[in-house]
Amino acid sequence: MLTAASAVLILVALYLALAGAPEANLKSETGRFAQRIIYFHIATAWVGFLAFFVTFVAGAAYLRTQARKWDRVALASAEIGTVFMLGVLVSGSIWARPAWGVWWVWDERLTISLIQFLIYVGYLMLRSSVEDPSRRARFAAVYGVVAFASVPVNFVAIRLWRTQHPLVFGTESGGLSPNMMFAFFFCLSTFTIWYVTLMWHRIRLERMRDEVEELKQRLV
Amino acid sequence: MSYLRKVMAIVQKDVVAELRTKEMFSAMFVFAILTVVIFNFAFDLRVSGERVRQVAPGALWVAFAFSGVLGLNRAFVLEQDRGCLEGLLLAPVDHTAIYFGKMLSTLIFMLVVEALTLPVFTAFFGVNLFDGRLVLVVLLGTLGFAGVGTVLSAMTAQTRAREVLLPILLLPVAAPVLIAAVKATSGILDGLPMSELRLWMTLLVAFDVLFPAVAFITFDYVVKE
Repeated sequence: MLTAASAVLILVALYLALAGAPEANLKSETGRFAQRIIYFHIATAWVGFLAFFVTFVAGAAYLRTQARKWDRVALASAEIGTVFMLGVLVSGSIWARPAWGVWWVWDERLTISLIQFLIYVGYLMLRSSVEDPSRRARFAAVYGVVAFASVPVNFVAIRLWRTQHPLVFGTESGGLSPNMMFAFFFCLSTFTIWYVTLMWHRIRLERMRDEVEELKQRLV
Repeated sequence: MSYLRKVMAIVQKDVVAELRTKEMFSAMFVFAILTVVIFNFAFDLRVSGERVRQVAPGALWVAFAFSGVLGLNRAFVLEQDRGCLEGLLLAPVDHTAIYFGKMLSTLIFMLVVEALTLPVFTAFFGVNLFDGRLVLVVLLGTLGFAGVGTVLSAMTAQTRAREVLLPILLLPVAAPVLIAAVKATSGILDGLPMSELRLWMTLLVAFDVLFPAVAFITFDYVVKE
């Protein structure tokens, strides 16, 4: 059900983003086309950071309760977040090329997204390097908490360091018109639902894996 | 024994052990110098004269960070290999005392290495780094690095990948320290007044307070079985 709903919603979102939303008031033709990427780009970024927050919360909950289910949530969220974060970096790069003329700039939001992505990669590498499940869960949770605490400091540091990214809200030149707002928030909700769907599948998979492991133990 | 005396006992143990072998210290120092030398090769063709001053802070902090990672790695791997960590954990002390002891001894090693690297760096790069304010920046930056590094090092020492994993976990988290330290060092080299550096100093202090606090809360989970 949830899976089918997200599939339909994504198709609608795709239509809205590519054709439904009004054209941006930009001078160059490539700019007007390229601008349409923001509907997916920002929604992807939102899920990337949301997933990270969920990983942190689930990690903290694991440390409190030592319940295996929280570790499953943290793992699922971290894996999904990694993929979405990579999506943000790639889609942002594709947009930056026509808009700014370069693939990458060391701007505040680009840098924080890249660091976020690297933290995710570190998190998954840490997990794959510990065999004992309860120790793995504990270490991953601690790293999730430490890494999450670093996000605001990183944000301040990088913001002070430099900024070039267009502000989507609150500025006149880069802002969205009301019609674009609809498409934008539609994409945002769709991606959130998509995230929940993926989470559900991934947690289920992990739980089944645990059950198989348990059955194996019993046979031996 | 008071909490502070317990912490100092661990620091003393580490310092005495290090003075006997000088294993970690010499490796860190030689590595820091090598990093400085490699940077001179790397920049040689493109950077000269006045522009050296622009890249010097970055090169300096990369050397500090890399040699720091080396030292942090040894901090817990040594304990792990010789079964000393179990002994430490069995001792009737709060586990956070082990964190602070380990953190302080790593801090001391890093600071000594940095104090010896600075004159060599000054000579190789031809920039004058002898400024009282730089001492403060180095102190705050190193404290932040060791503060978060110690907790991660305790973790990676118990994993399969060990030494390989620490820089991967540490560097993204410690990025604000590096940014702020490099910026503050550049400001000092450019002769800016202290008021313009206050922002970066505040950031360093915030990091130095925040991460030992986070480590204080989480360290127990890292070492307990």
